[in-house]
Amino acid sequence: MKFTLSWLKDYLDTDASLEDILDRLNMIGLEVEEVTNRADRLKPFKIAKVLEAEQHPNADRLRVLKVDTGDGEPVQVVCGAPNARAGLVGVLGKPGDYVPGLDVTLSVGKIRDVESFGMMCSERELELSDEHDGIIDLPDDAPVGVNYAEWAGLDEPVIEIGLTPNRPDCTGVYGIARDLAAAGLGKLKERSHEQIRGAYPCPVDVTFDFGDTKPMCKAFGLRMVKGVKNGPSPQWLQDRLVAIGLRPINILVDITNYITFDQGRPLHVFDADKVHGNLVVRRGKTGEKIDGLNAKSYDVDDTICVIADDNGVESLGGILGGEPSGCTEETVNVLIESALWDEDDIAATGRKLGVNTDARYRFERGVDPDYMMPGLEYATRMVLDLCGGEPSEAIRTGDIPDSTNIIDFPYSEIKRLSGIDLSPAEANVTLKALGFWISGSGETVKVAAPSWRPDIEGKADLVEEVTRIVGLDRVPSTPLPRLGTVAKTVLTPSQIRRNKARRALAARGFNESVTWSFIPKDHAVLFGGGNDTLALANPISPEMSDMRPSLLAGLFMAAQRNADRGYGDVALFEIGQVFESDAPEGQKIVAAGVRRGTAKMSGSGRHWSGTSAAVDVFDAKADAEAALAAIGAPVDKLQVFTDAPDTFHPGRSGCLKLGPKNTLAVFGEVHPRILQKMDIEGPLVAFEIHLDALPQPKAKGGRSKGSLNASDLMPVRRDFAFLVDSAVTADKILKAARGADKSLIEDTTLFDIYEGAGVPEGQKSVAIDVVLQPRKKTLTDEEIDAVAKKVIANVEKATGGTLRG
Amino acid sequence: MSNLDTLESELLAAIENAGSESALEEVRVAALGKKGSISEQMKTLGKMTPEERQVMGPALNGLKAKITDAVAARKDVLAEAALEARLASETVDVTLPMRPSPTDTGRIHPVSQVIDELTAIFADMGFSIAEGPDIETDELNFTALNFPEGHPAREMHDTFFFNEKDDGERLLLRTHTSPVQIRTMRTEEPPIRVIIPGRTYRCDSDQTHTPMFHQVEGLVIDKESHLGHLKWILEEFCKAFFEVDDIKMRLRPSFFPFTEPSMEIDIQCDRSGGEIKIGQGDDWLEILGCGMVHPNVIRNCGLDPDVYQGFAWGMGIDRIAMLKYGMPDLRAFFDADVRWIQHYGFRPLDLPTLFGGLSS
Repeated sequence: MKFTLSWLKDYLDTDASLEDILDRLNMIGLEVEEVTNRADRLKPFKIAKVLEAEQHPNADRLRVLKVDTGDGEPVQVVCGAPNARAGLVGVLGKPGDYVPGLDVTLSVGKIRDVESFGMMCSERELELSDEHDGIIDLPDDAPVGVNYAEWAGLDEPVIEIGLTPNRPDCTGVYGIARDLAAAGLGKLKERSHEQIRGAYPCPVDVTFDFGDTKPMCKAFGLRMVKGVKNGPSPQWLQDRLVAIGLRPINILVDITNYITFDQGRPLHVFDADKVHGNLVVRRGKTGEKIDGLNAKSYDVDDTICVIADDNGVESLGGILGGEPSGCTEETVNVLIESALWDEDDIAATGRKLGVNTDARYRFERGVDPDYMMPGLEYATRMVLDLCGGEPSEAIRTGDIPDSTNIIDFPYSEIKRLSGIDLSPAEANVTLKALGFWISGSGETVKVAAPSWRPDIEGKADLVEEVTRIVGLDRVPSTPLPRLGTVAKTVLTPSQIRRNKARRALAARGFNESVTWSFIPKDHAVLFGGGNDTLALANPISPEMSDMRPSLLAGLFMAAQRNADRGYGDVALFEIGQVFESDAPEGQKIVAAGVRRGTAKMSGSGRHWSGTSAAVDVFDAKADAEAALAAIGAPVDKLQVFTDAPDTFHPGRSGCLKLGPKNTLAVFGEVHPRILQKMDIEGPLVAFEIHLDALPQPKAKGGRSKGSLNASDLMPVRRDFAFLVDSAVTADKILKAARGADKSLIEDTTLFDIYEGAGVPEGQKSVAIDVVLQPRKKTLTDEEIDAVAKKVIANVEKATGGTLRG
Repeated sequence: MSNLDTLESELLAAIENAGSESALEEVRVAALGKKGSISEQMKTLGKMTPEERQVMGPALNGLKAKITDAVAARKDVLAEAALEARLASETVDVTLPMRPSPTDTGRIHPVSQVIDELTAIFADMGFSIAEGPDIETDELNFTALNFPEGHPAREMHDTFFFNEKDDGERLLLRTHTSPVQIRTMRTEEPPIRVIIPGRTYRCDSDQTHTPMFHQVEGLVIDKESHLGHLKWILEEFCKAFFEVDDIKMRLRPSFFPFTEPSMEIDIQCDRSGGEIKIGQGDDWLEILGCGMVHPNVIRNCGLDPDVYQGFAWGMGIDRIAMLKYGMPDLRAFFDADVRWIQHYGFRPLDLPTLFGGLSS
């Protein structure tokens, strides 16, 4: 919503400075977005008079002007405007001046061999209007040499406020003035519109025809004015419209635009001679069309409210007038419409047709129903004043709905919600200044909102009205009482897990990333997603079309982007949501990471101490286990399976499971086909941990860690090497060895694997270290040998291998 | 006697000249071994007269002791020299650079760190952390929050929708964290004090808007909390979060369908330099929207708005992170550029706490 300071002062009697006004606007909830002054940009431009205008020697359409700047010698200017002539008083820009409409700084030019020392400007060049048919042509008595903007009254602040959707009353300057006056910034100059007596009955009738469907128009006022003389609006009216960015058209149309901004009351004018028969307000019919005043054409249907005559649709009610019945400078007889439309229907039609007009903006927020007829009187008065003519009686179809809503208002509500101590008297003054009606006395009164405040619903709204006007700075800062205890754990177990996994992964050299929750459909499909229920209906781009089924797609692409920037050795992780379905429980929390190139935990790239090798499956496994350990998973009890999803290399990937069905993590080298399909390069390894899949530990009584059971006796170590088939897994050997004596064997470590010379083809030598921890007494050689024999027997039995001699 | 003197000086010179432990051993054997020069002399004592023996005995014993000591002393010197030579040969270039440790290269994303900071501050004020799903119903994202069907306020949220289902339901990506207010109020008994951080979505993209961003919502519901408490909480929060001793704040009336009265909060800042400085200067910076929870919303959650009351606020996590830590561009938050993460991220062990400082 834009307006000028002088326009505001039409309705606000105030001595307040601009700064105070802006301040107060902000403090009462009418947020100032911008204040501009066109004179600031037009400072250098002065009024100048053309003394001579001669034909350019080398160009038919150019003239060479001698221009009096009011300051010494006349200057020579080459000009192409058709209206350039001797005696014209216009506006001159000189070399060095910035022309806003052209975005150019003038310099001395040579046009077809004739020097030019400036430019006579058009209105468009000075951003005053779209007019560019000729240069500015001022009255003969305009004072040469004087600053043009000041002389033309452009030296005035234009204020733009950002209106919240609850304040339709402030879509007009009058409403803003009322708010400021209530806030003590001056006195509201009350509007009053005399009821104009019609000289004859309105010759055009209006009927509603909605059949048994919901009416889309509440009420409709109409009046004819015969014998008007239309034409360009007077300068003051044009200036105001131009100042707020509107294009003056002709008086009749300008009046409707003016009142839209002056009172927040949209109107429409028909050229009565182009209206055929009476007007019917009804639903549109499929197949009907309207050519709008905005030079666009719209198809209507039965969800759209139209005003029609015998010829068909003439107007989109409350949104846009039609071009065929619009008023032009030739209009002699005019029909003025002031109507009341259904807010929701206006919003729906506007969305459906994609039309944004000043009328729609106001009607969908809710215009003052009680001002429908006064608005018609105001428009009639302006038409009569500016165009003359003879008015008919005003007619009204439909009843103005009663908007009265009486609210029981206990004054205590102000303190209850805002904490502000305010006397009932002060509350009353404020509410009354805003136009509220108050009845009764005592602790609870009855309050009714004025017809222009459809947003007022109940007590809380009244508290807002009072507090915003008396000032929110009166809200007393009040400490929130402590809950009487030391702060308890505030994070959920799931949040705690995320935090632990996050810090653990970062401590392994990973860089935490946050990537988009939506990914391209083809990526979603690659990672097991792409379901229609998880595809956005209105994605911002095809790259962000589907909710991610996995964090890996985003991380792979991120790793590649870094590589493309020259950083190929990166370790990235993310902890975030993935989507298995559109239900709340289908949203799962996953921690995932990728290592690319040589980004191992010990470091990447070349180094004197040893150059890093390419990342491999074991890097990913170590990461997954470390993060699982950090969240409290029993890593030594997890089973390793080799059935990882097919996004991974089938021979270089695995799953960590707690029992055969509960997969806590997957890890591995990325399948080459994925690299190819995503058009990215490896080496790339990754892991994913399903943080919520780990069952919460059972609550134990107390936090005791139990006693430490450390033996005073030295542990005994024994090494064994076995020859086994190449396919035998380490897991199997270690498990068999451990099973030899569960109480005595404390640890088993696999410290060497060898294939090659000395080992038969198809076999490997695996060396393990078994640690025996005696508890009660030192072991005898016989006891140790007995355990060793059991280890050998167990491993040989489990693997079919033999002890290597 | 003069023979002994000569022998002594010859032996001492030989000891001094021994350049290694083996050469020294040769000298020792030549003097003190069974057939050594001193041992040979000792053998002659038996054939001497008692008078001669009385003179020569002590002299020879003295010589023997002197040579023995000299050999031992020389041995120490040689051992010391040998150790020094070994150490010298073992010298390495200690200026060689080390690989950085993983705790040095790992980084926490600013969004995570700032959520931890928020948690530390609000936990101290008795708040817990609530969460909700990103895919929401129209009811929870709008209707229950008092956004009427078709109201222009809905258009302020550029909403991402999913396709309509057979039953006519159309899910959406939450446009704010406020649906979790409803979820919380419907499942928990007041008094309620929660903050709700999370991802939110709007179909909007430019320098300062990304289609996905992070919000944190606060909600207090009880029987007495009012705007004064809200103001205090936010003042305390801003001081703690921006780590300044004092900060001026102003409340401006505004509009949100789910609060009444509604307001926006500006904090004091200084824009005179290249970047915004919080807590000084004469400019204002809008940082959040808030208000008393609308009676309709309280009612929609099955509570009586004449009994229960409270307030809510919401702000951008990314935005307050940018204000505190000086990132110029929101879009970079979601690009995973390691140069950016290295620069703006936080070390893995820098856990923000109130007792140890949020960012120190």
